[in-house]
Amino acid sequence: MESCYCIEPQWPADELLMKYQYISDFFIALAYFSIPLELIYFVKKSAVFPYKWVLVQFGAFIVLCGATHLISLWTFTMHTRTVAVVMTTSKVLTAVVSCATALMLVHIIPDLLSVKTRELFLKNKAAELDREMGLIRTQEETGRHVRMLTHEIRSTLDRHTILRTTLVELGRTLALEECALWMPTRTGLELQLSYTLRQQNPVGYTVPIHLPVINQVFSSSRAVKISPNCPVARLRPAGKYMPGEVVAVRVPLLHLSNFQINAWPELSTKRYALMVLMLPSDSARQWHVHELELVEVVADQVAVALSHAAILEESTRARDLLMEQNVALDLARREAETAIRARNDFLAVMNHEMRTPMHAIIALSSLLQETELTPEQRLMVETILKSSNLLATLINDVLDLSRLEDGSLQLELGTFNLYAVFREVFNLIKPIASVKKLNVSLNLAPDLPEYAIGDEKRLMQTILNVVGNALKFSKEGSISVTAFVAKSESLRDPRAPEFFPVPSDNHFYLRVQVKDSGSGISPQDIPKLFTKFAQTQSTATRNSGGSGLGLAICKRFVNLMEGHIWIESEGLGKGCTAIFIVKLGIPERLNGPRLPFIPEVSTSHGPTAFPGLKVLVMDENGVSRMVTKGLLVHLGCDVTMVSSSDECLHVVSHEHKVVLVDVCVPGINGYEIAIRIHEKFTKRYERPLIVALTGNTDKVTKEKCMRVGMDGVILKPVSLDKMRSVLSDLLEQ
Amino acid sequence: MDVVNQLRRQFVDYYTSLHREGFVDDQFTQLQKLQDENSPDFVVEVASLFFEDCEKLINNMARALEQQQRVDFKQVDASVHQLKGSSSSIGAMRVKNVCIAFRSFCEAQNREGCLRCLQQVTHEYSLLKNKLQTLFRLEQQILAVGGSIPVVE
Repeated sequence: MESCYCIEPQWPADELLMKYQYISDFFIALAYFSIPLELIYFVKKSAVFPYKWVLVQFGAFIVLCGATHLISLWTFTMHTRTVAVVMTTSKVLTAVVSCATALMLVHIIPDLLSVKTRELFLKNKAAELDREMGLIRTQEETGRHVRMLTHEIRSTLDRHTILRTTLVELGRTLALEECALWMPTRTGLELQLSYTLRQQNPVGYTVPIHLPVINQVFSSSRAVKISPNCPVARLRPAGKYMPGEVVAVRVPLLHLSNFQINAWPELSTKRYALMVLMLPSDSARQWHVHELELVEVVADQVAVALSHAAILEESTRARDLLMEQNVALDLARREAETAIRARNDFLAVMNHEMRTPMHAIIALSSLLQETELTPEQRLMVETILKSSNLLATLINDVLDLSRLEDGSLQLELGTFNLYAVFREVFNLIKPIASVKKLNVSLNLAPDLPEYAIGDEKRLMQTILNVVGNALKFSKEGSISVTAFVAKSESLRDPRAPEFFPVPSDNHFYLRVQVKDSGSGISPQDIPKLFTKFAQTQSTATRNSGGSGLGLAICKRFVNLMEGHIWIESEGLGKGCTAIFIVKLGIPERLNGPRLPFIPEVSTSHGPTAFPGLKVLVMDENGVSRMVTKGLLVHLGCDVTMVSSSDECLHVVSHEHKVVLVDVCVPGINGYEIAIRIHEKFTKRYERPLIVALTGNTDKVTKEKCMRVGMDGVILKPVSLDKMRSVLSDLLEQ
Repeated sequence: MDVVNQLRRQFVDYYTSLHREGFVDDQFTQLQKLQDENSPDFVVEVASLFFEDCEKLINNMARALEQQQRVDFKQVDASVHQLKGSSSSIGAMRVKNVCIAFRSFCEAQNREGCLRCLQQVTHEYSLLKNKLQTLFRLEQQILAVGGSIPVVE
């Protein structure tokens, strides 16, 4: 309705319409005024809104529209020109602002729209992140579970605890219904149910190992889903419910020999155990990937833990075994040491104890020998001495069993009188034989050399032992000892084909046979005779004492002398013959220091140059007289001694071949003696040779000697050789 | 066996030491050679005779030299001569050497010198006697245990 400025309108019939317009305008104005207030209020509240000035514009636009409507309230009635101007102003302003706003909106609305799309994008992104976050959290939880499981599994080295803990923890982590472990049997052909989660003591179910489903699981290192109906998975009694999904994984069983550094990546192990995991029956759960991964990791950890446990078991077992062995060895060693020490102590004590009296006997007997004894006594003492020497040697030998055994005993070779050895043996046994009323005879072959080179003591010991045995085991009858040089045919003993004696120029073989008529020896005992400590059990020997060492020692000595010893016997009661052959050397010359003084006619190089030469020695000095006499006696001369010239002239006769005169004695004119002798013996052949012994050989003395008719001059002191040469020179003339 | 070898070794050592120190000379060795089966104690007998002789002569000399007024040097000389002869027969080198010096003092009729020499002779004689007795004891020990006396060249 067009408002006019001139006519004041009256309330017309459509006053109601006017009233309503009036009220609506009022409310519009109100609203238009309150909206910006609200806007300002809320913009102030939010700090983020970027379009503030747009709001201001909007606010302005709305305020002006409100103002316009408010002013139009006054235009319903008559209004002044001011109101009309105000109205117009506000309308103009409103128009301007609204146009500006409209123009502005063109720019703003696309922006606002894009804000919306951005918001959508961000929401999608947030949803995605949420999903990923969930995944990571699950994985982290899985990792935590694995760590915890591993920790549990590895916190013990006991195999059973490991396996039990594995099953329990897996069951708890994955909320399983059943979890079972099948181990391969010893034969390797079957899998046996070893552990389960729910059942405490599984019955020994076995399943053959070569089922296709098992092969499938064993050939892959991942957890494999298997059917709940296969034999390994039928662990729970069949229920009404749908069985949950089952997963099986292989657990490698590593042995100590599998741990080689180079072969670590490929574990060529043939033995696996099977772990079967069953989800709860009536849940709709499925195996998630992360759960499968968890199972695989756990299976590997279990394998490692089991092999550690196995290694530990093995090493503990080995260590225990070693300790036992050590203890046993230690004990044995200590026992051996004790035994050795005991034996050594015994040997040392016995050594000392036995040797001391022996020494006393030997020393005192030899001292006794030096005293005045009748010939019988002397013989007895010599026998005692010889026997005790033998006994001393025997003690040495008995106490040095070890030396005998490892053959470090060596013969002491020397030249000795063979006949004397036999004679001594004979003399030693004669008393005993006469007591037992046995006849003993000794036969030495005429071709047996008198002297031989060998170990006299040991040979005598051997002969004595053999003869002694003959004596011991004979109650009556006779014993004959024969000794001769063995010729080649008699050297060979048919029972010892390896004994090949070879006679040579320097050696000969002595064969000694001792025959007795005693108790004899049965043929089966003969080989045992020469073994140490072995004695035959016949009644005859039981009372005879002895250590059983005698023949063993003899055998040893005979062997050392490159010989052979054996015993022949027809049987019990028929006597026996002991025979031994030893190798002895032949001495080339008789040059022992204790040889009897045998005068020989030999060259002047021999010790006895002038046998029986009668010599007269004149020397006043007792000592030098004795020395000269000793010299001449050693040369074999027959010496007469005088101490004065008168005595000399008195004694001298044509028997004396040589007269030795000491001319350096003052007061006695040795030269005068020479003259006198010359006067006495006119015939040249009767006159003895006169030799001067003098201390100085200057020319004057020599001339004087020659002048008085001496035949020779010897300078004192005289050596043996000098005397010999002078005498031989003189006698040659 | 070891005892004998030990004793023999001791004997040889002692004998060579006597030689080395000049108590005996080669003549003594010669005397050892004269000992054999027939005269097993030759050296001991000669030594005993020598010791007796020595003592007698030393006493004579001492008596002669004691006289203050007229010393009979001729007698002293004769005794010294005897001692020299004996000692050279047995091989007592040191005694013999002293005797030689003694003789020159006698010829010079030097009483002091003679007395000094007499003292020396007595000293050497007793030393030698001890040494020889030890040697002979060793010999006896060797013989007692059944060994033989080693011959030392």
